[in-house]
Amino acid sequence: MQEIMSGNEAIARGAWECGATFGAGYPGTPSTEILETFAQYKGVYAEWSPNEKVGLEVAIGAAFAGARSMAVMKHVGVNVAADPLFTVSYTGTNGALVIITADDPSLHSSQNEQDNRNYAKFAKIPMLEPADSQEAKDFIKLAFELSEKFDTPVFLRTTTRVSHSKSVVRIEEPVKAADRTEIRHLPLKYVMVPMNARARRVEVEKRTQAIREWAETFEGNRMEMGSPEVGIITAGMPYNYAKDSFPEYSYLKLGLVHPLPEKMIRDFASKVKKLFVVEELDPFIEEQVKAMGIEVTGKAVFPYTNEFDPGVVEKAITGKSSAPAVTLQTIPPRPPNLCPGCPHRGLFYALNKTKAFVSGDIGCYTLSYMKPLSGMDSCICMGASIGIAHGMSKALGPKGKGKVVGVIGDSTFIHSGITTLLNTAYNRSDAVFIIADNRTTAMTGMQEHPATGFTLQGEKTKDLDFAALGKVLGIDSVEVIDPLNFKDTTRVLKQELQKEGPSLIISRAPCVLLMSKKAVQAKQFFTDPDKCIGCKVCLSCGCPAISWRDFEKTGMPARPDRKKQKGIAVIDATLCTGCTLCAQLCRQEAIMREGE
Amino acid sequence: MGGKVTSLLLAGVGGQGILLASDIICKVMMEKGLDVKKSEVHGMAQRGGCVTSHVRYGQKVYSPLARKGDVDMIVSFEKLEALRYLDYLKKGGMILVNDEEIYPPSVNLGEADYPKDIYENLRSQFGKDSVKVIPGPNLASLAGNRRAVNTVMLGAISRFTPGLVREDWKKVLTEVLPGKILEANIKAFDLGREA
Ligand SMILES: Cc1ncc(C[n+]2csc(CCOP(=O)(O)OP(=O)(O)O)c2C)c(N)n1
Ligand code: SF4
Ligand code: SF4
Ligand code: SF4
Repeated sequence: MQEIMSGNEAIARGAWECGATFGAGYPGTPSTEILETFAQYKGVYAEWSPNEKVGLEVAIGAAFAGARSMAVMKHVGVNVAADPLFTVSYTGTNGALVIITADDPSLHSSQNEQDNRNYAKFAKIPMLEPADSQEAKDFIKLAFELSEKFDTPVFLRTTTRVSHSKSVVRIEEPVKAADRTEIRHLPLKYVMVPMNARARRVEVEKRTQAIREWAETFEGNRMEMGSPEVGIITAGMPYNYAKDSFPEYSYLKLGLVHPLPEKMIRDFASKVKKLFVVEELDPFIEEQVKAMGIEVTGKAVFPYTNEFDPGVVEKAITGKSSAPAVTLQTIPPRPPNLCPGCPHRGLFYALNKTKAFVSGDIGCYTLSYMKPLSGMDSCICMGASIGIAHGMSKALGPKGKGKVVGVIGDSTFIHSGITTLLNTAYNRSDAVFIIADNRTTAMTGMQEHPATGFTLQGEKTKDLDFAALGKVLGIDSVEVIDPLNFKDTTRVLKQELQKEGPSLIISRAPCVLLMSKKAVQAKQFFTDPDKCIGCKVCLSCGCPAISWRDFEKTGMPARPDRKKQKGIAVIDATLCTGCTLCAQLCRQEAIMREGE
Repeated sequence: MGGKVTSLLLAGVGGQGILLASDIICKVMMEKGLDVKKSEVHGMAQRGGCVTSHVRYGQKVYSPLARKGDVDMIVSFEKLEALRYLDYLKKGGMILVNDEEIYPPSVNLGEADYPKDIYENLRSQFGKDSVKVIPGPNLASLAGNRRAVNTVMLGAISRFTPGLVREDWKKVLTEVLPGKILEANIKAFDLGREA
């Protein structure tokens, strides 16, 4: 049977078909749907761990116990998981361990564009890279087999285009795998004290050599001989772009991107006149081919940055583009924005008024850095907000009193904010820290986390109490606010900024996507055109439901009594969620609800 | 090249049902025995940003992304969005536009103007017969479901997919859409097909 699947759905399906029973990880675009889909299959255990390091450690445990287990994360998640990663390479796995890294060339929804193929080489872990959904399903199975065969963790790398594009996949029934889990005591292999690690270190080199030889006959590394004029070495999605543009050339398509099959590469190079490497981001394959002493063209003509498409490959290889020249009209952009009624809007509107330096973090709320909210001054990686605010306020000393705030989302706080908040208590910070608690992991599509009370597989569980945790960590001043209550939010911010020592504010209101349609639609606001004086204050909160009607441009009659007024604000009832924020800001009481 | 590959580019704004529409096109093509791939960037769509979806089908499809100058048909679910991707259109390609304006934030805030004379400009640039305007919201309302604009657009697209008949589309719509909105959507599809 055939089905159209995304790369992510195909990976989940493939894992299930080949008897994988265990998955752990943390959400992150473009990897999220892998674990979400896997969790739906019968007979598997899947969890959202608090962060990727925990996720990998949990998956290692399952592999030690003999299961076929995977850890799933986006590219930057591997940075978080890097510590266990480098050493599990030494211990090997007993069962099977596959680490899925979903890279994001073009930074569609990431803070950087790192090429995680480098991790494979760095940590000495083999890496498979599929080019479409069918390969994604085939390669995840191969990854588990490879892991068991060579007693090694195995990387499966995707990119956004592989994870999120859809193509036709052949569906198979799951194999009936026997339960092979058991406790095995192997301290020499698993206790990585220097003496044991030194011995394992040698095993790692032997293993890599063995896999290198295996790669020469691996069917996922294949030559497709066409014209001998041009040969292209490529892997993953760029293979498709190149084939689309140059179906007539010869190809060496690599399914295993680490370690590389040197003999095969030499053989291929000897069969073609001109050799290219087509790869996005770093010259990972190119540099290794060059180190073999083979002449090859790569980044001399291909860009380092951004994902490719068939046009990019065509232009790099031929030097010109076949596309007709079209001049595009400049048109207004459509940047993403916080939803109408988003609780983050209230918090960041109030924060902007404090004029403090806002050390921000990653999540929906990062969008508040844009105009008109302009509510954030920095954002580096998940969890960085609190440490950066603490460091700034320490460096500034008295000059920084009342002027430094760290803001972090609820899921992000759990991911990597707890130890850093503890640090602010331990080292007596003077800054204010805010958890923007919208009761979900909204940015990546509403995943549960340890403070929502539910697990990935929908079971009811404990829910973390942020206020109690703050107290236990040693934060003396802990407040809970409703960010959509403007007056109260402003008052608490002012009060906490004045206090000595670290303060924790929990800014709590649910993401609007969590609320039922009915609750949202029951109470929309509108503006009274007679009362509105056109001051634009309501527009300054940046709610997409509010728009400006210019008298002149729309042909609306100007107001004879208020000559300076240029227009009025209006609210789109189909978008307004009735959050009340704009109504609190309007001093004319021109914004009201039906029946008020 | 393993036969000709047809490329469609669907464009619009988050929440307009573009991803569902492109899923349906893929399914129709697969059931006709064609190879098909589609690609879109999503993740932040619910927050009002642009959404695009490339759909490509033929005997054998490699790239899920079309290249510039190689798209057979741009289907714009919002009037202005048609302008953003014109460099993707092939010489002699078609443009279908849903007659609906959704203001970007800068227009909402009165800082920029919504472009005027979009249809006239498109027609003068690409030829009268290459631009087809579909009154999506009207037809969807007429069909009894204001939200079925994406199905109206599918109907309009179906006029330009040689080798496929109405039943091929109807079969997939019936498989994919929930029962209680199916009737209105089939109507919306037919109105779009006749538009
Ligand atoms: C190490 C790492 N893992 C995952 C991500 C992807 N990611 C970005 S923000 C975020 C969670 C945001 O949730 P929360 O902090 O609750 O904020 P919200 O989006 O709900 O406002 C995730 C998973 C990332 N950028 N870095
Ligand atoms: S999804 Fe939720 S948290 Fe994100 S912008 Fe929308 S309302 Fe805000
Ligand atoms: S609705 Fe109120 S805040 Fe908005 S422009 Fe009119 S008077 Fe000013
Ligand atoms: S009440 Fe005002 S701010 Fe809130 S969603 Fe409605 S228009 Fe937007």
